[in-house]
Amino acid sequence: MSITYLEAIREAQARALAEDPRVFIYGQDVGAFGGAFKATKKLAQEFPGRVVDAPISEDAILGAAIGAAIEGMRPIVEMQFADFSTVAFNQIVNQAATLHWRTQVPCPITVRLPSGGTSGSGPFHSQSMEAIYAHYPGLIVLTPATVDDAYSMLLEAVAIDDPVIFCEHKYLYYHLKAERLPTEAMPVGKARIAREGRDLTIVAYSAMVHEALEVAEELNGEGTQVEVVDLRSVKPLDTDTVMASVARTGRLLCVGEAFPWGGVTAEVVARVASEGFDLLDAPPQRLNAKDTPIPYHPTLWAAHRPTARSIAVAARNLLRR
Amino acid sequence: MNERTINREVSSIREDITAKRKAATAAVSRRTFVKRVSAIGAGTAVLSRVPTRPTKAQYGPPHADGLPAQQLTAMFTDMVKIRQWESKIKDLILKGGFRGVAHLYVGQEAVAVGVCSALRKDDYIASNHRGHGHLIAKGGDLKLMLAEITHKAAGYCKGYGGSLHITDVNLGILGMNGIVGASHLFAAGAAYGIKVKGTDQVAVSFGGDGSIQGNFFSSAANSAAAWKLPWIGVIENNAFQIWVRASDVYATPDLAQRAAGYGIEGRVVDGNDVLAVYGVAKQAVEKARSGGGPTLIECKTYRWYDHYGVAGARTGGDGAFGLGYRSDRELRDWMAKDPISRFRKFLVSEKVLTEAGADEITAEVRKAVEEAATFAEAQPVPKPEDGLLHVFAQGAVPLHTA
Ligand SMILES: Cc1ncc(C[n+]2csc(CCOP(=O)(O)OP(=O)(O)O)c2C)c(N)n1
Ligand SMILES: [Mg+2]
Repeated sequence: MSITYLEAIREAQARALAEDPRVFIYGQDVGAFGGAFKATKKLAQEFPGRVVDAPISEDAILGAAIGAAIEGMRPIVEMQFADFSTVAFNQIVNQAATLHWRTQVPCPITVRLPSGGTSGSGPFHSQSMEAIYAHYPGLIVLTPATVDDAYSMLLEAVAIDDPVIFCEHKYLYYHLKAERLPTEAMPVGKARIAREGRDLTIVAYSAMVHEALEVAEELNGEGTQVEVVDLRSVKPLDTDTVMASVARTGRLLCVGEAFPWGGVTAEVVARVASEGFDLLDAPPQRLNAKDTPIPYHPTLWAAHRPTARSIAVAARNLLRR
Repeated sequence: MNERTINREVSSIREDITAKRKAATAAVSRRTFVKRVSAIGAGTAVLSRVPTRPTKAQYGPPHADGLPAQQLTAMFTDMVKIRQWESKIKDLILKGGFRGVAHLYVGQEAVAVGVCSALRKDDYIASNHRGHGHLIAKGGDLKLMLAEITHKAAGYCKGYGGSLHITDVNLGILGMNGIVGASHLFAAGAAYGIKVKGTDQVAVSFGGDGSIQGNFFSSAANSAAAWKLPWIGVIENNAFQIWVRASDVYATPDLAQRAAGYGIEGRVVDGNDVLAVYGVAKQAVEKARSGGGPTLIECKTYRWYDHYGVAGARTGGDGAFGLGYRSDRELRDWMAKDPISRFRKFLVSEKVLTEAGADEITAEVRKAVEEAATFAEAQPVPKPEDGLLHVFAQGAVPLHTA
């Protein structure tokens, strides 16, 4: 048997629905048709009345989910594309994020964001929104890079009493497979050493973990050992694991698929620079997507996001310093 | 990255913007500008004049009376253009290797052509993701559109907009848009601009049945009503919002009923009858031009293909069959109401066209479509570094490189 990243997300939701009557799923086309990416395939049939098609009004979807959460439910919201969550931005960052702080009433909603680029999708169907949401106090932001994490972290997201932004990568949906669903999991908020090495630390998350692993393999052939840290969650951010890795290697390259201004990679570099400056043998580096909207044309798109190729160039430059 | 190319690019864009801005300000002197702004919103409530509920009678008779043969023929030609151009896109996608997406408009041609035939060149339209038809009906060039959706530099937006964002302000096309509902607010905004300038243009937004659920639409309709803006909202009710059936998510049979709540007139029209659409649009346009305020027009129609792409479609044939969320029977029933065959039959019976004449038009359009495809295909694909262009209109902010 093998299971894809997408199927793992489907299975996690099925289990959450089965185990907790307070869980329901709300989103565009999630019902009879199983969602734009089929992440809710057949769930409407298996759990009648609990997988509900929503209007094309993202702020209404989020607002209703928050209302249901205040009333004691645990909604899972599917945004059709992460990009459209901007239409619901007010509800997420003003309402959901601050609800508990303002009122001490918890807001246990999970907002699933199909994130990241795929060829030909352009500026409104490709974005990575994790940095934007991580900026706001009160939100938890998860970025699973593996089938195991997609499954276990989604279950955890539903169980957490706070609003969780669950960034699932659209490229990994179909391309990533595992033998079976996991039976145990690392806790949310703990980063994972995806590959050990002693010469250079590459910190990555979501799809970029796989690009980084490819680079590690390539450089291994050249006698360089790259350590790859998979952040798993960008908020909370496991600075300890990153720092320990940098202590071993002395060099840091942080890679993200989002835009370069500010963001997760900037946060990691800032933390290492201010808390672990003495551990560094060279200036910490970061690599992001280009500082432009995300292009449609496959050629431009391929040049826009970091890839194993551009990461390898950055890694070699850093190793020479 | 070649800095010189960027600089050249930037200064040409800058000149362009300056010229446009000059032209715009020349049209409105400062004094009238101030006066008109303060007049907007002053006691313009229209609630009392509003029919409460659109009735069956509002499907109305066609208002073709008096339309010259030349215009009728032009309308037929535009409908055929949309059908042929999109069928070509469909065939290209089916062939493989086509670099572009498409939300096909086929089946809905009567709406775009009926509405746009009632507009002047300097009137505006704002379009959505299913907008190729709107653009062609508003005068969009088949070659430039095909180049655009394949992301070639020769396209309307130099290939950066793609199928979802084709824009040509010179033709009054404020742009297609990938965000559902956005068109309504942009057209209402343009209508506000028109009111401020004091011209007699109008602004039309096209949106699907799914486009009226969010606050873009409600804000557009409410502001247009409150300020009596020359805005016309066209709702193309094609029965689906991706795979969700409109009738499953609305409690009212007619979406135009909503108009009453905002204090504007709502009309329901057979969206597969180009003359009926034209007639209703014409009245709405005349009303808007003469300061009578907005109208909401719901056109009942049906899309022949899948939400996007070519699932269930075949080369050389019409319609997408075997889709899980609708029956082939339902599609066939709608295809029997083909807006083009229907109009063609009418034109022949009225002796506006002969069968041979209609065939000739179709053949000419087909030739133009082939030429467009050849043109677009021959254009060079962009270079990776081209992706760094156009981020800012004035290019004053250096791009981040980390
Ligand atoms: C704000 C936003 N939410 C969701 C989507 C995804 N989406 C694209 S088209 C569409 C359905 C639109 O239905 P309708 O307005 O009826 O237009 P049709 O496709 O039927 O022409 C949806 C949900 C989007 N583009 N924008
Ligand atoms: Mg629709």
